[in-house]
Amino acid sequence: MSTATTHDEHHHGAPSGIMRWITTTNHKDIGTLYLWFAFIMFLVGGAMAMVIRAELFQPGLQIVDPNFFNTMTTMHGLLMVFGAIMPAMVGLANWQVPLMIGAPDMALPRMNNWSFWILPFAGIMLVSTLFMEGGGPNFGWTFYAPLSTTFAPKSTDFFIFAVHMLGFSSIMGAINIIATVLNMRAPGMTLMKMPLFVWTWFITAFLLIAVMPVLAGVVTMMLTDRNFGTSFFSAAGGGDPVLFQHVFWFFGHPEVYIMILPAFGVISQIIPTFARKKLFGYSSMVYATASIAFLSFIVWAHHMFTTGMPVAGELYFMYATMMIAVPTAVKVFNWTATMWRGSMTFETPMLWAVSFVFLFTIGGFTGLMMGVAPVDMQYHDTYFIVAHFHYVLVTGALFAIFGAVYYWIPKWTGHMYDEKLGKIHFWWSAISVNVLFFPQHFIGLAGMPRRIPDYSLQFADWNMISSLGGFAFGLAQLFFLYIIIKTIKGGEKATTQVWEDAEGLEWTVPSPAPYHTFATAPEVR
Amino acid sequence: MESGDLTAANKRIVTRLAVVVLAMFGFGFALVPLYDVFCDITGINGKTGRIAAEEALGQEVDENRLVTVEFLASVNSELPWEFRPLVKKIRVHPGEVTEVNYFASNRTGNTVAGQAIPSLAPGVAAKYFNKTECFCFTRQTLGPHEGKNMPLRFVVDPELPEEVRTVSLSYTFYPAQDAAPAETISMEQGKLDSIL
Repeated sequence: MSTATTHDEHHHGAPSGIMRWITTTNHKDIGTLYLWFAFIMFLVGGAMAMVIRAELFQPGLQIVDPNFFNTMTTMHGLLMVFGAIMPAMVGLANWQVPLMIGAPDMALPRMNNWSFWILPFAGIMLVSTLFMEGGGPNFGWTFYAPLSTTFAPKSTDFFIFAVHMLGFSSIMGAINIIATVLNMRAPGMTLMKMPLFVWTWFITAFLLIAVMPVLAGVVTMMLTDRNFGTSFFSAAGGGDPVLFQHVFWFFGHPEVYIMILPAFGVISQIIPTFARKKLFGYSSMVYATASIAFLSFIVWAHHMFTTGMPVAGELYFMYATMMIAVPTAVKVFNWTATMWRGSMTFETPMLWAVSFVFLFTIGGFTGLMMGVAPVDMQYHDTYFIVAHFHYVLVTGALFAIFGAVYYWIPKWTGHMYDEKLGKIHFWWSAISVNVLFFPQHFIGLAGMPRRIPDYSLQFADWNMISSLGGFAFGLAQLFFLYIIIKTIKGGEKATTQVWEDAEGLEWTVPSPAPYHTFATAPEVR
Repeated sequence: MESGDLTAANKRIVTRLAVVVLAMFGFGFALVPLYDVFCDITGINGKTGRIAAEEALGQEVDENRLVTVEFLASVNSELPWEFRPLVKKIRVHPGEVTEVNYFASNRTGNTVAGQAIPSLAPGVAAKYFNKTECFCFTRQTLGPHEGKNMPLRFVVDPELPEEVRTVSLSYTFYPAQDAAPAETISMEQGKLDSIL
């Protein structure tokens, strides 16, 4: 397969000005756009988290009214999931997938431009609901009917269209990645030679294609229930609100793997580099990723143990859920085995990666606990759940993104980041994030419900500690912004290989990576 | 790969994946009837069954066993009706056709239509609880300040699992959705009939 010819041979440098960014079809430009968009959304969603933690600093209602608090929890969830984590992962894929498989660009560069430029409009539409009469979405990021249909604010229709647009964007991005991986690999780059980041994204893309349309379907049903007299989720018309949860979680469970599988890929790139060993069990990593993806489709109702499912259903979903622990354990084992007797050094990307393995696994274990149907009755809708999914999404997906940025930013900008500042950012975040989320396990087990702006007095101490951790973690991310800008502006020149003994095609192109790379396909042995 | 081949290959992939996307969009909607069918077969949703009167009378009565049936009633907050069962609970033999009455009255000066939705607990008993006649089969209309008895004739299937000694049947009256376009109502009614 030769990739010597490309679509955009006719221009060689980057056009200047704002039009460069609007009309760009270059995978590196689009990757950069995605990453900045994700960062902005991350800061907006993070500011909302600060409002939540400020309100929960003390019992009682002091800063915001309950409806606005609910809006904050909802928008925080939506922006972080659809605005920050997912676009950041797509941004990494845009930058890295072509570089890692020796392709000159993504397979469908024009569609790539589209899939990015839909995002800001969807994001603005979603955020604009905050300023509408009746306020923004206030029913939780899972938007359960009838809260999101019968009892929802008027702005919900804008939320629905924003979700439609985000879905379009993700689907186009996913199609692009699949086409790139299948058609654009350099000669000799067989599927089983592909770097794991590419593999995990390839599998994630299939998950996206399978479930984003279901999400589009469920919000469409909400739309017609709200405006056109249908009764999909209304018992009065013969529908069923529990049906909403089934359809939603049929999307929702694969969605959590959409956010974590690319993170697994990132970690599988970073650890071998800094352990100076080949990844242990490459093919088992690929198969484990594929099994996790498959299993994610058949476990959705473990989010619904308290809906009054029959025991047989609870048992099935419980055992199926437990099964996911097996391929996940294979991955954790392989990362550990890769580090075993490696010549490890702890540059910033490695710190994020090692902490990922440790902290993500804590989140995985609490997930296993709540997969046990009888005990989930206690955990359901408490802060224990909040602690669980923040361990897998913040110390999991987000830490992997941080690791990836530190790992690849020398290739993107041509400058090494400031190692000392990077380490400060890491330790600051890693400590504060545990102060923030670990106590939430305790207050959750003690019975504090999630999504409530007030709480009884016995939860006060841990909530205050959690809030303090939250403010510190939030501040750390502004520091991260400073590090990024500093790295873009200057710093020690990065070499081509950047990291000692780093393997992979991305380390064969100069730093910063030229606007066009691999115009002639590299040979892969 | 030559540039022409590449374009063709990309096109092929995009077409195939677009078909998958459309199919999955359809699948999301297909989950709606699938869910109803699944709940109907397994009877896990508290949705009770309907059988013909002759079939009900043909069932053998199990004189050795008594099942307590409790009747509950609630009214959706948007429907200005009073609604209650005339008997709170009775004990019946499985297989025995029994008739009870609910009472509903309209507290407003307007004619109002309502639709009752049944739910049976425990869920496992739902498919063994069959009705031959029920006010919930159709929408009910009450004139200004009109009140009337709402009959319900049911039979508990003798196959009802041994461990179930009490079942609770609840009805919630909702305002019938007049605002909906005509087709939607007939579709909903069709759907209701298949469920009730």
